[in-house]
Amino acid sequence: MIEVFIISAAVILISIALAFIRLIIGPTIPDRIVGLDTINTLVIVGMILFGAAFKESIYIDVAIVYALLSFVTTMLVAKYLEGGRM
Amino acid sequence: MVVTIIIYTMLAIGIFFNLLGSIGLLRFPDVYTRLHAGTKCTTFGSMFLTGAVIVYGLKEWYLHPVAGSSIMPLHVFIALIAILVTNPTGAHAIARAAHKSGVLPVNAVVDDLKEDTTKEKTKKAKEAKK
Amino acid sequence: MVMKAFAVTSVVSFVTYLLLTTGSGDLWMWSASEIIFGIILALIVGFIARKIFIKNSYRMLNPIRWFRGLVYLIGPFFIAMAKANLDVAYRVITGKIRPGIVKISPGLKTDLGITMLANSITLTPGTLSVDINNETNDLYIHWINVKDEALKKKPRDPSYVCNGFPKWIRRIAE
Repeated sequence: MIEVFIISAAVILISIALAFIRLIIGPTIPDRIVGLDTINTLVIVGMILFGAAFKESIYIDVAIVYALLSFVTTMLVAKYLEGGRM
Repeated sequence: MVVTIIIYTMLAIGIFFNLLGSIGLLRFPDVYTRLHAGTKCTTFGSMFLTGAVIVYGLKEWYLHPVAGSSIMPLHVFIALIAILVTNPTGAHAIARAAHKSGVLPVNAVVDDLKEDTTKEKTKKAKEAKK
Repeated sequence: MVMKAFAVTSVVSFVTYLLLTTGSGDLWMWSASEIIFGIILALIVGFIARKIFIKNSYRMLNPIRWFRGLVYLIGPFFIAMAKANLDVAYRVITGKIRPGIVKISPGLKTDLGITMLANSITLTPGTLSVDINNETNDLYIHWINVKDEALKKKPRDPSYVCNGFPKWIRRIAE
């Protein structure tokens, strides 16, 4: 059962690499933020899968905190790009 | 045995959609369509992947009911709710910021938002002149 | 009135704390120290956040609304989401797109309702909410495959974009 979760996490890492290409080449700044947002979601899922593979529930707690913090980051960057007051 | 098959299927579906989201992120031509791929596919794929982990955790809890084995499914469920609520909201914020910072959709058939914002701007300019 | 808001906020935050600390001890599932600390934290959070969490209406305390929300999530919402993903898969593979931004007036009034509708629209086939008009609650929606029938009338017909969602959300959140 452990191998399946590790293989899934490996495929998630491949998708992270693909999203990272968009983060690097993205012609405009919103493109890069989209790439970053996708990477955040994939990292959360990867953490949960690793937590299941190694039976460490602390990984999942980290994933919850990461989800909430990455949401705040996305909102902050979007607000900054919009050019309004924070 | 049935549970194992369910877990395998859910993992397969989730991985497929997550990979598809990343490929769509590379293939689509502008920010908004990329957001379609990057938000919908990763949210749906993550639902299935976390669902697989929840089923796995519930099975472990059923097999070894010790204190502490209930942590995993519950916390994964909370993480799933966090993803479901924050992901579309973040996409909305990015789309709004992109439109306000002047990135327009490529080959757009219709753009009501641009029309409305230009109308407001002209109105404000007229008021400023008066 | 203030006391009720305080009590509701405290109870909700206490339940959240209990969910996050399951399996910590042998008092059914929690240890005594976690429960005491949770009560203290819940009281502090309830005092600070009572005005933000509750805006002068208690309609979401009605369990029937939560039950309707659950039915909505499992039934029409999940089906629409599955369709949305197959649709995006088709467009990723073939690359056929016809994008545009349309404006619809769903006719919802509360903040919670409009948030739920915008999130539902983002996760369902071919649509993504871009902006919102704060005064009239109109939504601007990026549509990946614009249909010609929808473009004829100027106040656009919402049923092309979100099939029947505003009705569900009115029953859940308003």
